[in-house]
Amino acid sequence: MKSDHIVRSFDEDLQQIENLVSRMGGMVELQIDNSAISLVQRDVELAKAVRADDRKIDNLESEIDIAVVRVLALRQPAAQDLRAVVAVLKIAASLERIGDLAKNIAKRSTVLGEFRDIGASANIVKRMCGLVQEMLKDALDAHVTRNINLADDVRMRDVEVDQMHNSLFRELLTYMMEDPRAITPCMHLLFIAKNVERMGDHVTGIAEQIHYVVSGSLPEEERPKSDVTSLTAISSGEAAAGGGQAE
Amino acid sequence: MAYALEKSDAAQLGPSEAVASDPALISAVDVDVFYGEKQALKGISLDVPEHRVTSLIGPSGCGKTTFLRCLNRMNDLIDVCRVEGEIKIAGQNIYAPEVDVVSLRAQVGMVFQKPNPFPKSIFENVAYGPRIHGLASKKSDLQGTVEASLKRAGLWEEVSDRLDHPATALSGGQQQRLCIARAIAVEPKVILMDEPCSALDPIATAHIEELIDELRQKFTIIIVTHSMQQAARVSQHTAFFHMGVLVEHGKTEQIFTTPNDERTESYITGRIG
Repeated sequence: MKSDHIVRSFDEDLQQIENLVSRMGGMVELQIDNSAISLVQRDVELAKAVRADDRKIDNLESEIDIAVVRVLALRQPAAQDLRAVVAVLKIAASLERIGDLAKNIAKRSTVLGEFRDIGASANIVKRMCGLVQEMLKDALDAHVTRNINLADDVRMRDVEVDQMHNSLFRELLTYMMEDPRAITPCMHLLFIAKNVERMGDHVTGIAEQIHYVVSGSLPEEERPKSDVTSLTAISSGEAAAGGGQAE
Repeated sequence: MAYALEKSDAAQLGPSEAVASDPALISAVDVDVFYGEKQALKGISLDVPEHRVTSLIGPSGCGKTTFLRCLNRMNDLIDVCRVEGEIKIAGQNIYAPEVDVVSLRAQVGMVFQKPNPFPKSIFENVAYGPRIHGLASKKSDLQGTVEASLKRAGLWEEVSDRLDHPATALSGGQQQRLCIARAIAVEPKVILMDEPCSALDPIATAHIEELIDELRQKFTIIIVTHSMQQAARVSQHTAFFHMGVLVEHGKTEQIFTTPNDERTESYITGRIG
């Protein structure tokens, strides 16, 4: 962040808001990680902790909202300062949503703990979570360092998450067709995968806000999108041929 | 308007490019102003669009008031002041030898930082201009002009029952609106305002700002202000001056959200004095 306002307390106010965002981002990163671990390791206690910790993230969002409104009212920021505080409002909202999605994963992990090993699929979800977590970490770094290139790079990486989601979607559909007893765990896993895919979209939104803070405009370049699950159908013949292994 | 810019002209003018879409009433080209040896304005090229409010902002001594005073030749009153370049208002070069400065100042009215009513009655303050410029031949015409001007300045309701009272007995905000009524009574094209609210409280300021917004339907307004929020609130276009140079000129919302020049950014975010 560019500092050196004539009124130094203005710098302090802005810095305080940026610090809150960094803290909130760090907590959300941890929530993503823990929700994935609770899923793979069937750790019900960890899942419970993730659900409980979501409240802390919600509280931080409220704190950021209050701090931003205060700066808007008392400092009347302009230009880059205005963009920075408005972007922070949106970034905090995105982080809060990601936190909610992680909490939902933890909830579903608790249910999945009661089913037989869901093995490979859960590991794919964990890898998706890893990708999103890495994207979020880079986005938060880009925010602190005002690195527009890193933000743009994050924005382009969401396509990998989408592709993993596509392939998992096909795989889980196949399992369900093969064995109706798998429907409950597979449905939960599908929702979990969708949650992670949505997390990726929110991180992309955060990266776009950082681009806006630095340049004054949203990125013009179309970002690659690859989520095709809304259009995907698998016939029973495909399932019998092992459609789950496709792609 | 004859002064709507062609795209290529706008490109040459640089700082005015962003506002080329609004037809210009005032067109300044390469204006230099000297006070003796000291150059106060350097190569100012600025188009001021008609029926818009244009704010001139910048640190003290940057030349914004000097530029404002060029527009009705107030600088003629300063012996050592020399103005070069061209300033046209509605196509007329206001520095041409044949221009009558008195009628120019009727066309380009001015409101100052401190309200400066004449030490006369409220009625006489507004009636003075139309009378000396011969704009009202009959007494009833004059009364009509005074009433219309006071109404347009948002002051009529407050003073209609005491038009014969001394203007100096009014509050500061009322006096300033009276000065605006006095300026518009002679039907100017342009109203120049030099920090018109700096001596007023927030309520009186809000009245003036509301008035400015209404007046732009009929007049073209240029306002010098030190309040960035005021510039943002009242104007559609903003010009940033720094050390005698016009650094940037554009739509107000663009200047206050995404200024192009680092110096503008620093000034409006409070990073340079």
